[in-house]
Amino acid sequence: MPAATARRQSRTKIHDKIQELSWNPTFATPVDKYPTDYTFEKAPKKDPMKQVLRSYFPMEEEKDQRVFGAMDGAVRGNMFRHVQQRWMEWQKLFLSIIPFPEISAARAMPLAINAVPNPEVHNGLAVQMIDEVRHSTIQMNLKRLYMNHYIDPAGFDITEKAFSNCYAGTIGRQFGEGFITGDAITAADIYLTIVAETAFTNTLFVAMPSEAAANGDYLLPTVFHSVQSDESRHISNGYSIILMALADERNRELLARDLRYAWWNNHAVVDAAIGTFIEYGTKDRRKDRESYAEAWRRWIYDDYYRSYLMPLEKYGLEVPHDLVEEAWNRIWNKGYIHEVAQFFATGWPVNYWRIDPMTDEDFEWFEHKYPGWYDKYGKWWENYSRLRHPNGHGPIAFEDVNYQYPHRCWTCMVPCLIREDLVVDKVDDQWRTYCSETCRWTDKVAFRPEYKGRDTPSMGRLTGKREWETLYHNWDLADIQKDLGYVRDDGKTLIPQPHMDLDDPKKLWTLDDCKGYPFPSPNIMLNEMSDQEREEFATQYKAGGPGGRYAGRA
Amino acid sequence: MADTLSPAQTPTQTPTGRVRSVPRLVFTDAEAGALEFPSSNSRSFNYFKPQRLKATMYEDVTVDVQPDPARYLTQNWVYGFAKAPGGYPTEWTAAKSSDWHWFRDPNQEWEQTIYKNNARLVRQVEQNIANARNEGAFERWSPGWSRIVAWHVGAWMHPEHGLGMHVFLPAQRDAPTNMINNAISVNSMHKLRIAQDLALFNLEASEARSDFDGKAHLEAWNDDPVWQPVRENAEKLTAIRDWLEAVVAANLAFEPLVGELFRGGYVMATAAANGDFVTPSIMGVAESDLERDLGYTKDLIGGLTSDQEHGRQNIELVGEWLSRWIPESLAAARSLAPVFSEAENSPVTFEDTLSRARERVRAILGELEIPTPKELDQ
Repeated sequence: MPAATARRQSRTKIHDKIQELSWNPTFATPVDKYPTDYTFEKAPKKDPMKQVLRSYFPMEEEKDQRVFGAMDGAVRGNMFRHVQQRWMEWQKLFLSIIPFPEISAARAMPLAINAVPNPEVHNGLAVQMIDEVRHSTIQMNLKRLYMNHYIDPAGFDITEKAFSNCYAGTIGRQFGEGFITGDAITAADIYLTIVAETAFTNTLFVAMPSEAAANGDYLLPTVFHSVQSDESRHISNGYSIILMALADERNRELLARDLRYAWWNNHAVVDAAIGTFIEYGTKDRRKDRESYAEAWRRWIYDDYYRSYLMPLEKYGLEVPHDLVEEAWNRIWNKGYIHEVAQFFATGWPVNYWRIDPMTDEDFEWFEHKYPGWYDKYGKWWENYSRLRHPNGHGPIAFEDVNYQYPHRCWTCMVPCLIREDLVVDKVDDQWRTYCSETCRWTDKVAFRPEYKGRDTPSMGRLTGKREWETLYHNWDLADIQKDLGYVRDDGKTLIPQPHMDLDDPKKLWTLDDCKGYPFPSPNIMLNEMSDQEREEFATQYKAGGPGGRYAGRA
Repeated sequence: MADTLSPAQTPTQTPTGRVRSVPRLVFTDAEAGALEFPSSNSRSFNYFKPQRLKATMYEDVTVDVQPDPARYLTQNWVYGFAKAPGGYPTEWTAAKSSDWHWFRDPNQEWEQTIYKNNARLVRQVEQNIANARNEGAFERWSPGWSRIVAWHVGAWMHPEHGLGMHVFLPAQRDAPTNMINNAISVNSMHKLRIAQDLALFNLEASEARSDFDGKAHLEAWNDDPVWQPVRENAEKLTAIRDWLEAVVAANLAFEPLVGELFRGGYVMATAAANGDFVTPSIMGVAESDLERDLGYTKDLIGGLTSDQEHGRQNIELVGEWLSRWIPESLAAARSLAPVFSEAENSPVTFEDTLSRARERVRAILGELEIPTPKELDQ
C-alpha cells in the first residue's frame, strides 16, 4: 500500500461545506444575552477569511514553535546582557496591561456573534476567540520569562495585582473593558475591531517591537509579530461586520457616534501609553530612527485613516475627519506624548516600575524630532534628574518644580494634560473634568439611553471609581505605597524608583523617604469648591502649561 | 543613571567601511544575578496562591488576568451594561462560591497545550482519512452503511457545531474568572473543530463514492423525526442564559446521554462490523475531547458542591438543572433508537447502550456526590 498522503481539497469546496454546519433554529433561538441597538435584518452575507480549523491549528502550532525556539535562544544567548533597563522597566507596565485586552477580545466574540445574523462571519469570530486566548497567555509567558531573567524582577512579580490597583491601570483597562461591555456592536466591532485592531495594533504590535529590538530585546518582536500575524484575520472580521451594518441606513447614525467615541478613546489611551514607551523608553537616539509621531503618521494617518477608513465613506460611513486631524494636532502641536510621559514620571512613587531620567543625548534627539521640546519640557526633566536620589527632599511631585498636578479626564482617565483643552461640566450631579470636548461628549451625550432623539437602550454606561486619586484622598504617600503593595521584599525599599541605579542601596527610595506627603484628590477638591472658585480654577488651569506649568509662571 | 552606552553612541561603521544606521548591541549587564538588591531574587508571581507548592505554567499565565473587584480591582469596572454591571458579574449564574478563584483547569490549558493538542488531533484525523482513501476503504462500505454515514453521522456534525458556537462560546464570556472562561473556550473549540472534521469527512466520502449523498445530513437534521428531538435539545441548550447551567446541561446531560451514546455507543461500536475503520477513528477523537471537557466540568462542579458555605445550595441547584435537562436528553437519546437497527450488522442494542449511558451519568454524579435525579430512570 502506498504511503498515505493528505490530499488538499479545494478551498472553495471546503468553505462551502463548512457553511452547511449552521442551521436556522425552530425549537428555540440562542439567548439574546448582549443587546445592541444596531439592526442587521437587511445584512448581506460577506465572507471573511475562510479559515478552517484543520489548517488553523497546525499553522498556529508552527508559529508557536518559532516563538518558543526564539525564547530558548534568547536565554541561551544571554539576551539580558544587552537589553536596556530603561526599556525593560516600561514593559512592567505594558505587559501588565496587554494580556487583559487580549483576553477581553476573546470574551467579546459572543457579543458580535449574537448580534450579527451571518454564520459565515461567526466562523471567523470563533477562530478569533481562541486566537485571543493564545495572545493573552503567550504575552503572560513572555512577562514570566522577563521576570526570571531580567536583573530587576520587582514589578513583574506583582504584575496582575499592580495592573488592577495602580494609578495608571484604568487608562489601559478601558482598552479591554470597552470590548466586552455595552452595546454589542459598539463594543465588539467598532471599538475593538474597527478601531483598536485595525488602527492601533499597528503602533502596538509593529512600531513598538521595532523599538524593543533597538534596545536589545528581540523577544518582544518575536512574540508580538506572531500575535500581529493573526490580526489580519480579525481586521477582516470587523470589516465584514461594518459593511453589513452600513447596508442598513438605520445604523448610520450609531456608526457615526461609535466611530467618534472609539477613535478618540483609542487615540487618548493607546497613543498615551505606546507613545511614551517608544519615545521615553528607548535608548536609541539615532536621528534617523522614526519617532512615534512619524510612525503614527505612516501607520495610522496614511495606512488606516486614508487607506482604510476614507474609502468606507462611499458606503455611507461618516468618518470623523475632525477628530483624526485633532488627534494628530495633539500629538504634533500640543505635545500629547510628552505631557503623558511627564505625568507618568511625576507619578513614579505610585508606579511599579522604574523610570529613567532623560539625558543630554535624549534632549538633543527630542529637540531634533520635536522642535521646541527643550523649552517646554527640558527644565522639568533636569529637575527630575536632580531629584532622582533620596537626599532629604520629597519625590518630584511634592517639590516645587512648577508642575501643577493634573485633573483626570472622567472619560478616558488620562489626565487633562493639554491644559487649554480642559472642559469642566456637571454631569450626573457631579463636577467632572474632561481632557477634551470629545471626552465630555462621550460621557454626557454618547453613553446615554437616548441619542439624537432616538432610544439607545443598549448603550453602555461609564461606571466605577474613575478618578484613582479619590481612593486615597489625602492619605500619606507612604501609606498609599504600602496599601498598593509596591514595596520590595526587605519591607521598606520601594519597587518604583526614578532612576536605574541598583548598585547602591542609598540611592534607592524607601517608605521612610515618602512619609509626610498627603496625596489629595483633584476631583474631590473640585467638588468642594464654590461656583466662583471653580470658575477661577478652570480659568487658571487652562492658562497653564505646556509641561504642566502653572499659569503665569515661566 | 545607568552607566551604559546607548545604541546611538556606538559606532556604526562596518568593517568594510560602509556606514549603516542600525542600533548596535550594547553591553548593559541587565541579566538576573548581576547585582544583589531588595527583591532581586523575587522571581515568581506572588499575588495568587498556587494550587500546589509551586505555580504551574498554566497558573502563571492564567490566574488574575481577568481582574476582579473582589480581589485587587480597587476602582471597580469602568464600563457597565445599560441595565447590568460590567465585567463578569457573579450573578450571571445562580450557583454560588465563597471564592470563585479556587478553580484550576485540570487540563492546564494555555496557548501551547491548546495548539499542540488540537494540531495533533487534526493530523490524526487527516492521516486516518488519507489512509482510508489510499486503501480504498470508502468504496468498500456497503450501500446501507454508506447511507448511515451520510445521513446519521452527517447529521451529528450539527449538534457539535451548535454546542461549540452557541453554547460554549457564549458561556466563556460570562464566568467570574479567567480559569473558568479559558477552560470553556477550549471546550468550544473542541466542538467546532470536530464539527468541521465531520463536515470535511463527509465531503471526502462524497468525493470517494458516487452514491454518497453529501447533502443528506441537511435533510436528516432538519426533517428526519429521528433527529428532531436531538435538534430540539441542542437548540434549547443555546437558549440558556445561566453560563454554568449551560455547561452542566451540555456536559453532564447531553454529552453522556446523547453524544457518547451516538458517537461511542453506536458509531464506534457498529462501524467496524460494517467494514468501516475510519469513521470510528474520527468519533474517537471527539470522545477524547469529551474526556478533557468532562475533566474541567467535574472539577468545577465538584468544587462548587463541596463549597463550605454554599455547597448544599449548589448541590440542590445542579440537581434541579439536571432534573430539567436529563429528560430532554433522554428523549433525544430515545429518538435515536431506530438508528441502532439500520445497519446490516448491529453488534449492540439501543437498550444496552442507553443503560450504559445512564450508568455513565450515575457514575459522574456519584463522583461529585450529587444525588441522581429520579428523571434519569424514567
